[in-house]
Amino acid sequence: MTKTVMEGSLATAKAAALCEPDMVVAYPITPQTHIVENLGKLIAQGKLKSKHIEVDSEFSALSACVGGSAAGSRVFTATASQGLALMNEVLFAASGMRLPIVMVVANRALSAPINIWNDWQDSISARDSGWIQLYCETVQEIVDTIIQAYKIAEDKNILLPVMVCMDGFFLTHVVEVLDMPKSVSKYLKKYKPPYAILDPKKPQTQGPFAFPKPYAELRKDLSDAMDASAATIKKCHDDYAKLFNRTYGNGLIEEYRTKNKKTIIITMGSLAGNVKEVVDKRDDTGLLRIKCFRPFPKKDIMNALKGKETVIILEKNISLGTSCGALFDEIRSIHCNIEDTPKILDYIVGIGGMDCRTDDIENIINQSKTKKDGHIEWLMEK
Amino acid sequence: MKKDELLAPGHRTCAGCGPAIAIRMLLRATGPNTVICNATGCIEVTTTQYPTTSWKIPWIHVLFENAASVASGIREALDMQGKSDVNVIALGGDGGMMDIGFRAISGLWERGHNVLVITYDNESYANTGVQRSGGTPWHASTSTTPSGSASKGKDQWKKDMPAIAAAHHIPYVATASIAQPFDLDKKVKKALSIKGPKYIHIHCPCTIGWRFDESKTIEIAKLALDTKMCALYEIENHKKTLTYKPKGTPVKEYLKAQARFRHLTDEDIEEYQKRIDEVWARDFE
Repeated sequence: MTKTVMEGSLATAKAAALCEPDMVVAYPITPQTHIVENLGKLIAQGKLKSKHIEVDSEFSALSACVGGSAAGSRVFTATASQGLALMNEVLFAASGMRLPIVMVVANRALSAPINIWNDWQDSISARDSGWIQLYCETVQEIVDTIIQAYKIAEDKNILLPVMVCMDGFFLTHVVEVLDMPKSVSKYLKKYKPPYAILDPKKPQTQGPFAFPKPYAELRKDLSDAMDASAATIKKCHDDYAKLFNRTYGNGLIEEYRTKNKKTIIITMGSLAGNVKEVVDKRDDTGLLRIKCFRPFPKKDIMNALKGKETVIILEKNISLGTSCGALFDEIRSIHCNIEDTPKILDYIVGIGGMDCRTDDIENIINQSKTKKDGHIEWLMEK
Repeated sequence: MKKDELLAPGHRTCAGCGPAIAIRMLLRATGPNTVICNATGCIEVTTTQYPTTSWKIPWIHVLFENAASVASGIREALDMQGKSDVNVIALGGDGGMMDIGFRAISGLWERGHNVLVITYDNESYANTGVQRSGGTPWHASTSTTPSGSASKGKDQWKKDMPAIAAAHHIPYVATASIAQPFDLDKKVKKALSIKGPKYIHIHCPCTIGWRFDESKTIEIAKLALDTKMCALYEIENHKKTLTYKPKGTPVKEYLKAQARFRHLTDEDIEEYQKRIDEVWARDFE
C-alpha cells in the first residue's frame, strides 16, 4: 500500500466511497461540508455509482437515509453540530427501526452563541439515541472506522446505526499522510438486508404504533443489541486488522503506555494525539483513549484503571446541570462500590474550539497531586 | 366493492371516518405495486397497532414531519435497485403535510422525485383532539381556537396547499373528494402515470372534528363541493381545469350541518358567503 497525502474530509469521502453506498445524502454544514462536496465530486466524475440526493435540511438528510435503508439500500450521510441537533428526532427513529445507517459527525460546538469550532457537545448530547458512537484520533482511523462501521451496523445480530465522530477542523481540515485501501471488497460484502424491506412482492409494515408492553419489549431488544454490539465492534476491528494490518487498541479502548503508570489520562478523539506526545516524555502517566463511547465499554475501562491512583479526564463537553462532562459521571459510576477507586479529576477542555495544548496537559498532570477526588475544572485560555 | 381490498378491515378509525374512505379509494386506484410512506396521524395510528396491520402493501411510518423525505429516500433506493415500476406515495393529514411536514414536501417537489404526495385533509389535528391546523377553515371552532364571546373560532383562511404545489411547477396537481370516488380514482391513476413529483389534495370530512353524525360523512363532503367550500380541479401545464361544477348551494347549508360552525350568526354566515364568492371568482372565473 502506498502512502498518500490527503485532507481529512477527502479521505473520509474516499473511505465512504470504498463502501459503495447506494445513496449519499448531502446537506452542507461547517465543518462537515468538504465531505459531502468530495462525495458529490466523485459521483459527478463517475467514479462512484451512488445516487446523490441533496436535501432541504439535515432533518430530511437523515430521513431520506431512513427511507433508503428501509428499502434495502446502503446509505451514507455526514453532519455536524446544529445539523445533528436538528436530526435528533430521526436519530431515535433510525435506531428504533434497526436501520444500519452510517453517518460521520464532524464534531462542532452547539449554539448559543453560534460557534463553528470543535467540541463534542453535538454527539455527546445524542448519546442516548441508540446509535453506536466511535470517536477517532486520526484521519487514518476515520478511514478505517468508516469501513468497519458498515460491517458492524449491518451485522445480522446488531442492525444498529453508527456515528463515526471526527473532531471538526482538527481532523476534517487537516492534511495527513495515510494509507487509503484500494478496495475493501474482501472485508465488506454488498449489503443484503436480512429482514424487512419495502417490497411489494413481500408486503410488510415498518414503523408501527405500539402499546406499552410491546413498546417496552422492543426498546429492551434495542438496548440488548446495543450491549451486544461491543463484541461485534471488537471482532470487526480484529478482522480488519488481519487484512489491513492496523489496530486501534481493542476497537473499544486504546491503552497507551499505561503499564506501571499511576496516573492515567482519559480522553477521546484527536486530543489523544497531544496526550500521547506528553506521556511519551513522562514515566508517571499513561493514556486511556475511549474510542467507543456507545456502547460504553464499562468492563474494558474498569480493567484498564485497576490499581491506578489518579485518573484525569479531559473532555470537550459539559452536561449542563451536573457541573461536569459526560465522561466524568460515567467513569465515576462504574467505580461505585469498588475498593481502591482511583482519584478521578475532570477537566472541561477545548470548548468551542479552545486550545488544549501539550503544556496545558503537562500543567494538569503536575497539579493533579494537589487536587482532591471529584475535582472539576474548566481549562480556559489565558 | 372488491373483496380483496388493500386496506384490511378491523382497523380502529372512527365510525364514519372520511380519511379511511379516502385511503380505501386511493388503494383501489394504486393497486398492490405501491409503497406507502405515512406521516404520523389518524390513519397511521389506527391501522398499525403492533403486531397487527391493516396494510396489504408495503407501508412505512417514521415520524410526523418527514414522510416526504423518507419517501424521497425510498424512491431513489428502489430506482437504484431497478424497481422504478413501484409507485411511491407520501401520505399524511393536513397537519403532517401542510404544517409540520411542509419543508420536506417542498424539498421533494423541488428535487423532482418520482413520488405522489397526498394530503388527506380533515381540517384539523384530529388525532390529538381536533386542534387548529393550516388546513382548518375560517371560523371553525377547534380545541385550540374555540368559539366564545370574544372569538369566532379560527381567525385565518385555509392555507392554499394545491396552489403552493402548483408554484413548484410540478407536472400534476389535483384536488379530490371522497364524494366523487370516480374522479378521485381517475386522478390517482393519472398522477401515477406521470413521471415526476405529483400532488393530490383529498378533502375528507371528520365526524368527531367537524361534529356531524357519523352517517353523514359523504353528504357533508358533497355539500362542501356544492357550496364551493371545496373545489375539484387539476393543474397541468400551468392550466387549471375544474372537474366538478358546483350547484352553488348557499354555504349556510354546509355551515349549519356541522357543530364546529354552530356559533356563527346569520351576519357571520352572510360574510362567509361573500368571502367564498370572492375566492371562487378569484380562482375560477
